[in-house]
Amino acid sequence: MKPQQHTQAKQKNGAARRQFFSFVKKELLHIWRDKRTLFILLGMPVVQIIIFGFALTNEVKNSKIAVLDQSKDAATASLIAELNASRYFDVEANLTSYKEIEAAFKKGKIKLAVLLPSQFAEDLKHVNKASVQLIADASDPNVANTLTNYATAVIMDYQDRITNKQRLPYSINVETRMLYNPQLKGAYNFVPGVMAMVLLLVCTMMTAITIVREKEMGTMEIMLVSPMRPQMVVIAKAVPYFLLSSINIASILLLSVFALEVPINGSLLLLVTESLLFTLVSLSLGLLISSAAASQQVAMFISLVALFLPTVMLSGFMFPIENMPFPLRMISNIVPAKWFYIIVRSVMIKGVGLAAVWKETLILTGMLLFFLTVAIKRFKIRLQ
Amino acid sequence: MYSVEVQHISKSYTVKKQTTPALKDISFSVKKGELFGIIGPDGAGKTSLFRILTTLLLADEGTATVEGMNVVNEYKAIRKQVGYMPGRFSLYQDLTVKENLDFFATIFNTTVDENYDLIKDIYVQIEPFADRKAGKLSGGMKQKLALSCALIHRPTVLFLDEPTTGVDAVSRKEFWEMLKRLKEQGITILVSTPYMDEAEMCDRVALIQNGSILSIDTPQQIVASFAETMLAVRSTNMLQLLNKVRESSFVENAYPSGIYHHVILKQHATAEQLEQELQAATFAGLEIKKGQPTIEDCFMQLMRI
Repeated sequence: MKPQQHTQAKQKNGAARRQFFSFVKKELLHIWRDKRTLFILLGMPVVQIIIFGFALTNEVKNSKIAVLDQSKDAATASLIAELNASRYFDVEANLTSYKEIEAAFKKGKIKLAVLLPSQFAEDLKHVNKASVQLIADASDPNVANTLTNYATAVIMDYQDRITNKQRLPYSINVETRMLYNPQLKGAYNFVPGVMAMVLLLVCTMMTAITIVREKEMGTMEIMLVSPMRPQMVVIAKAVPYFLLSSINIASILLLSVFALEVPINGSLLLLVTESLLFTLVSLSLGLLISSAAASQQVAMFISLVALFLPTVMLSGFMFPIENMPFPLRMISNIVPAKWFYIIVRSVMIKGVGLAAVWKETLILTGMLLFFLTVAIKRFKIRLQ
Repeated sequence: MYSVEVQHISKSYTVKKQTTPALKDISFSVKKGELFGIIGPDGAGKTSLFRILTTLLLADEGTATVEGMNVVNEYKAIRKQVGYMPGRFSLYQDLTVKENLDFFATIFNTTVDENYDLIKDIYVQIEPFADRKAGKLSGGMKQKLALSCALIHRPTVLFLDEPTTGVDAVSRKEFWEMLKRLKEQGITILVSTPYMDEAEMCDRVALIQNGSILSIDTPQQIVASFAETMLAVRSTNMLQLLNKVRESSFVENAYPSGIYHHVILKQHATAEQLEQELQAATFAGLEIKKGQPTIEDCFMQLMRI
């Protein structure tokens, strides 16, 4: 009796496995035949990396400035040359009078004006003191701040060079070092962000939509009236999107390393494992949404509003969480992307190991188990 | 021995705190190997009934069994054994005919080869289009494919929810021929349809309206039990004739049916009385004859009770 039961169980397992793989194959065919969606899913990370990397950058490069040089001596000439030579500034206009400054700003071409008063070199030599005035367009305060900092730095450099022989007896020298990202590159910040965004879109939204589509089309009705276990149906639907996400993770990492020159300082294996963990969290969220949504539009709406926006706003990728009011800081804790963002930044940029991100990993694992349990519990074995 | 037994099933839907009954105290039984029709207009409750029997919905009250298994407790066993074809076309439109069939065969733990003899009659008609996407098939072809998919695991009971809706007349006829052949294989078939003329293809039919069964019997018995006198009248001016007939004090009900108007007389009225009245009104080309009641006439009459 016992061996017979054993073979029966074996047959049952074999049948379940065949059902499962047949379903995954069918799902892959759906994706493969819908070329447009496939193109968007695979192209999206590439486009986002390129947009964030090259177009939407908050680094300041080649800002146009105007110079009003009332002194026209050797010292001012070399200072202006120095400003022009830095990659932050392009001297766009040489102004001749004070009045022209505002006109130049109003034209909107320049972001910063540098005023060098008359007898600049004389003052510097004889009084040991000369002043420079920086006028910035502060309609964008961040840019204005950055530009004046850069300009000050260039001017200080210049000053150091001409005074290095005669150091003042007492002076405090502040030296700043930017760790992990010495060039203050924006890419270090958004690569983890784009990863979180893309994985959420591909996994959560697409999984939710594809399951709800079966409900809308009525095919779920047949699937329910079949020997296949309902839970297997949803899991089989998630598998192809897991594969797609793996491709996306690879393309994002390749692009960041080779196109944006963002290094992977930590363990690649750890980074990939953590990304796959986040993929699973997103997939289980998609399953959860699909159990609540009755139509594809609703599924899309929930995915976008309840997931995508918090991911962009509250994960720390666009706006620093530390600066947020307390309630928002609390809400950010339930956004999975926040933890993923911390992990990726730590592993990829800082190069730390699992020991440093075990807490975040644990939180994501907990979220995964929670979402998955609720999603499978909520999955209806009947139509109502 | 019964394949399907339904006892006192009731079901209502609540939308925005408003409760609409879909099925009211329905009871009937279907014998093994019977071709049983559930006939009624849209919104009569046919789909709800099918969904309860295929374990997709829970009834509010009453019990039902399929092949002796309870639809609530033993839903898993029922799902392995029945074939179900939902009302709208529910196959994968972007998969080809063959891919759909193979997929459903695997899902039902079988292969196309294993049960090919059962679907052969039907499948040979769509086999020339095996590599065509299911979404690109004509309505009749789609139904044949859906039926093949529903049959692929050799079910003992087949539930077909409005399989002929939206299908042309020739395909409809073919479809019913296929069902008859399947019946010969011993498969119990429950089929719902809004078309009254399809009733005569069934062994027995249940006429259903507003969630209640009006009558259950063989189509012949239902027609035979038509007690009233029915006349068929026509003239060159059908609209005026209908109005005139409806005004008549001898007439209980009158409605257009094909090229005639069917006229049901009141209990004590006679055909002669109406004939005299119509002759007096001088209708051109007036023709009055005894009408042969159909299922539709029975349905119309049953609805009035």
